[in-house]
Amino acid sequence: MNDSSAPKDVLDRSKPPRSRLARSLDSDIAASFLRSRVVVAAGIAAALMVLAAFGAPLLAPSNPYDLNSVNLLDANTPPVWHKDGDRRFLLGSDNQGRDILSTMLYGTRSSILIGLLAVAFALTLGVSLGLIAGYVGGRVDSVIMRVADVQLTFPAILTALLVDGVASVMFKNQSGGTTKFWILVFSIGLSYWVQYARTVRGVTLVERNKEYVQAARLIGMNQFSIMFRHVLPNVLSPVLVIATINLALAIITEATLSFLGVGLPPTTPSLGTMIGTGNEFLLSGDYWMVLFPGLTLAILVLSVNLLGDWLRDALNPKLR
Amino acid sequence: MLAFAIRRLIEAAFVMLTVALLSFVLFRFVGDPINQIVSQDASLEERIRLREDLGLNDPIPVQFGRFVWKAMNLDFGVSYQVKQPVITILMDRFPATLELAFAAALFAIAIGIPMGVYTGIHRHSMLSKWFLSISLIGISLPTFLIGILLIYVFAVKLGWLPSYGRGETVKIGFWKTGLLTWSGLKALILPAITLGLFQMTLITRLVRSEMLEVLRTDYIKFARARGLSNRAVYFGHALKNTLVPVVTIIGLQVGAIIAFAIITETVFQWPGMGLLFIKSVQTADIPVMSAYLLLVAFMFVVINFIVDLLYVAIDPRIRLAGSGAGH
Repeated sequence: MNDSSAPKDVLDRSKPPRSRLARSLDSDIAASFLRSRVVVAAGIAAALMVLAAFGAPLLAPSNPYDLNSVNLLDANTPPVWHKDGDRRFLLGSDNQGRDILSTMLYGTRSSILIGLLAVAFALTLGVSLGLIAGYVGGRVDSVIMRVADVQLTFPAILTALLVDGVASVMFKNQSGGTTKFWILVFSIGLSYWVQYARTVRGVTLVERNKEYVQAARLIGMNQFSIMFRHVLPNVLSPVLVIATINLALAIITEATLSFLGVGLPPTTPSLGTMIGTGNEFLLSGDYWMVLFPGLTLAILVLSVNLLGDWLRDALNPKLR
Repeated sequence: MLAFAIRRLIEAAFVMLTVALLSFVLFRFVGDPINQIVSQDASLEERIRLREDLGLNDPIPVQFGRFVWKAMNLDFGVSYQVKQPVITILMDRFPATLELAFAAALFAIAIGIPMGVYTGIHRHSMLSKWFLSISLIGISLPTFLIGILLIYVFAVKLGWLPSYGRGETVKIGFWKTGLLTWSGLKALILPAITLGLFQMTLITRLVRSEMLEVLRTDYIKFARARGLSNRAVYFGHALKNTLVPVVTIIGLQVGAIIAFAIITETVFQWPGMGLLFIKSVQTADIPVMSAYLLLVAFMFVVINFIVDLLYVAIDPRIRLAGSGAGH
């Protein structure tokens, strides 16, 4: 942004050193972020949604988990601007009398949480396997990559569905929300690890022949710490980009599974489940049960996608 | 070529065996098959006898071999829920899914290629920008939301098209088709658009970027220098060369269409295999699950194999490189 001031800062010792925050606000990445209005809007939208979702217990007018506060008599109330709307239900209520707005806030929280955890799981698995495959090579490499190839032939949504189905059958007796939550994290994570592994393996193959790795070997460091302490930091930048784009995919996958009725149980708030329930009432004209969760999901996914695209361009100097 | 085909065949067999093992494990170890077959109050002796009859006491590799052999003869056991042979149920549902997938692919190709050609030729026109924005939305929105949106607009608000089911069907041999009745065709429109939209955007973007690439080459300049009309340059020379990758992508996307059909079929209550699979996951109907898994894997493997061979046949550069470097 202001390239001319950079060398002056170095020479002029009388000035106090600039804080980390000031420096990061002045960086290339921040500059490219502020350049595009769409990206700024996406960033603000995503930040607001995360805040609203995690502030759900404070912000939500009612608690959809609390069955005592839910009354079936309030079912299918239209939003407040309709004639027979109710002040307690700003955006209307669902077929069990739960407030749409509150359920949506809690639902967004589960969507984001499952998305983040699934990406974290896929990332850990994929990066570790990719590092090992690329660094160790030989038979280990070909086995890992063969498995990756096989999995890549199937669309991720199918893998997630199958893993979810099998895990649900295995844990049939514990059908609570928490079990399903972790099953979802596991099955979504397991269907997205391949991309990380392939990318990391590619970069590792290049990195392992560089001098710093040879130097580390010469001083007798063990393989494990070379891999994870020296090679790993150098392969992380493409991983970060994949992770952002994957987050949108993971959120969509969770919503899809819940919509299909094999994700979170109906008692646990989730955007996908809400849309699934609302879909049954669409024909009778109760549009609000689908519209608001659907819009939330669309905006969430779109803004995460836009941020991911921007990050890919910003971290890739070749595209600038 | 032959060596390449054989290597691909061995790989395909390897994939099928892996999937078969997975589905065997599912079938045999997740949930006791005996409990599902006999009634609640069957005596212990009956259970032991049945266990022996079904061969559940044999060594595991023998059981796996038997499982594979039966699967190759299309014997996938009996559904826990419907109490009918799984293969009968699947074959009953198969035409619905195939017709839907075919219609979706047709929609994607028929709209996607012209849109891609147009946006490639008129790069800066307003309409191109609109097309590309729409295709961005098509990629970002989850399939089921698009389906619900279409239902709301065209079935609930406008009332033009049905929102669920297949309409009337006509039976030709074992094949129940909805393509021959007016209501069947009307019922097909919305699901096909929902399912095909993602593939359409993919094809549009691919054709566009290929078009841009090809229009820059020397032989196009030469064709223009010869004084050929725009029409001859675009459709006679440029388009033909963009189609090689498009054919491959379409081939590979057939698998994705089958996978996403699960979602579309649920939204529209389309009585196909995908809906059956979702029901079987919800009710833990393991024989149906494992049969669907095997069938889909088989279709995938066959399609990938054909596409790989086609690719080599169409594009000589791959043959020269001599290695099948995946996709």
